[in-house]
Amino acid sequence: MSASLPLVQPADTPLPSAPRDIAPLLLIPVLALAMLPLVGSFPTWVTLTVAGLAMGMMIFIMASGLTLVFGLMDVLNFGHGAFVSVGAFTATLVLLPMRGWLEADSLLLNLGVLGLAVTLAMVVTALLGWAFERIIIMPVYGQHLKQILITMGGMIVAEQLINVIWGAETIPLPLPASLRGAIFMGDAAIEKYRLLAVVVGLVVFAVLFLVLNRTKIGLLIRAGVENRDMVESLGYRIRRLFVAVFAAGSALAGLGGVMWGLYKETLSAAMGGETIVMIFIVIIIGGLGSVGGCFIGSLLMALVANYAGFLTPKFALVSNIALMIAVLMWRPAGLYSTSRS
Amino acid sequence: MTRLLSGDLPRSRILTLVLLLVFLGLAFAPFLTSGARPLNTAATICVYIVLVASYDLLLGYTGVVSFAHTMFYGIGAYGIGLGLSSVDEPTWSAALTGLGLALLLALALAFVVGLFALRVRAIFYAMITLAVASSFAVLASQLSDFTGGEDGKTFSVPELLSPGFTLIENAVFGRAIDGKLLTYYLVFFGCLLLFLFLLRLVNSPFGRVLQAIRENEFRAEALGYRTVVYRIWANCLAALVAALAGALMALWLRYVGPKTSLGFEVMTDILLIVVIGGMGTMYGAVVGAALFILAQNYLKELMAHGSAAMESVPLLAAALHPDRWMLWLGVLFVLSIYFFPIGIVGKLRLRSYLARR
Repeated sequence: MSASLPLVQPADTPLPSAPRDIAPLLLIPVLALAMLPLVGSFPTWVTLTVAGLAMGMMIFIMASGLTLVFGLMDVLNFGHGAFVSVGAFTATLVLLPMRGWLEADSLLLNLGVLGLAVTLAMVVTALLGWAFERIIIMPVYGQHLKQILITMGGMIVAEQLINVIWGAETIPLPLPASLRGAIFMGDAAIEKYRLLAVVVGLVVFAVLFLVLNRTKIGLLIRAGVENRDMVESLGYRIRRLFVAVFAAGSALAGLGGVMWGLYKETLSAAMGGETIVMIFIVIIIGGLGSVGGCFIGSLLMALVANYAGFLTPKFALVSNIALMIAVLMWRPAGLYSTSRS
Repeated sequence: MTRLLSGDLPRSRILTLVLLLVFLGLAFAPFLTSGARPLNTAATICVYIVLVASYDLLLGYTGVVSFAHTMFYGIGAYGIGLGLSSVDEPTWSAALTGLGLALLLALALAFVVGLFALRVRAIFYAMITLAVASSFAVLASQLSDFTGGEDGKTFSVPELLSPGFTLIENAVFGRAIDGKLLTYYLVFFGCLLLFLFLLRLVNSPFGRVLQAIRENEFRAEALGYRTVVYRIWANCLAALVAALAGALMALWLRYVGPKTSLGFEVMTDILLIVVIGGMGTMYGAVVGAALFILAQNYLKELMAHGSAAMESVPLLAAALHPDRWMLWLGVLFVLSIYFFPIGIVGKLRLRSYLARR
């Protein structure tokens, strides 16, 4: 036995940092630059790229809640799409009566109404998420098959309830006056609303990243994911924290729903079911439970869809699936696979 | 009889009675009822029994959650539809060619989807199949030159099955023996055969292995069964049967379209029927499909009365609106997963088992 090898590292040696995996991060700029010669004209390329980024950000906002919940609680909520539509429909409770203010030509007034609508939507979806967790999901923790079936059922019921409350017709949802139209940068037209979407998406990503990596709550959440029993025996009520995360994830879906509804400018109860497919593709690409992977996956998917829609419209229909297959061939568990999958 | 049912008897007196009732009702539907609507209901029940039973092979027997089942159903329907609409004069060979190509496509897709996704966990597989199936539905509705787009395709069937054809001049038991009746019996016997085949399948050694995989995949693997191979086989067989069911439905409707064969609504219908009827019991598909389709066709009228009676209560009237019948079925679905996950058939069997002890 050699005495020169210390069995315990001295306390002052820094811990080895987690290996950084930057290959997926490079995908987005590489893809965007590779498309530049194919698209041909620079202004068109800028417009396409910004449109793709905006769409990706909105999808990210919707998907981040779901992947957060999956990563933490090992619950895949097939009813997540219902929160998206509930959020969008709740926003109409503010946006439609206050239409006068939306039409007003004042950015401050417009954003104020929008902020109010978003707040209401997020509060309602957070409460709904809390109730959903309590009533629907709590009895089926750890049983994947039942989780899938029961959250599916929850989605059907929620979709029908939206029809009961708001009626079955599609509701038009006009953009606020000051967010319509486009800004011209040189020859490239950039729609104002898309710029706003990019900003909101970046803010959400930054907040999520900072909370998870720089705060005590984030530390507890990550520790709880690693070993729940251990954290609980240290005296933290991890269960209560997880419920809060579920509510927060639902609120993010609500926010995403409002933004998506304004982007599409019409609302129908089926929008939840339509968006959940995109959300799933993004989550599969990014790796289940990884917020960073979800962010890159959303941007990748939206960019590919936008470029494909411009270059080869027929291929655009299956570009999502093609991208998913390509990514899964490269990394079978998604770009950033979490420890559990 | 036991042999015909592959030794899988109903094992409950009430269930036997219900099954007999459904069987006799479907077998003599053209003579028991008159008018197009009841016969249409009966044919839909026949097809749905097979469609749901083939899904049960995956969900109930193997424990695989797939959302791509409507894709295969749609492929079968489009195979017949495109085959028959591609020629001026509808012939059997056109129909069979279309069906053959559809079966090949279904087999290939089922194999590929199974191959690259069945090794992963239930949740992952469910998500991938949902994504693939919805892309396929979008593709079918967008390639309008080929598939007829959102409108779908109306086509005519070979003369023997067309409504104008009369086999015997005189009516039999007050029913003209025409092409419509022949089509109904083609659907009925086709579905009966497929159902008996599925029953045979799940009661064979192969079916037992599937059940073993559902209960404990790790142990089944340890016993020496290549579980991935078995799951891919189950996937392919379920896909082929679903495609055949879709083909029969297309023959009956003389129409294919994305709404009736590929829509997500069809998938939720299948899920609801499987769970309410009873997972892992082929007879659950029979009971569930009969109940569900009858409810779909006749519950709405009942709800219209309820809605009219509740006129003064605003939300309740909206909730009882005939178009909201899925709301109540959805609630029933969630409750049945909690309180009786074994479904109607499982419950009946359990009851008679306990009574016998």
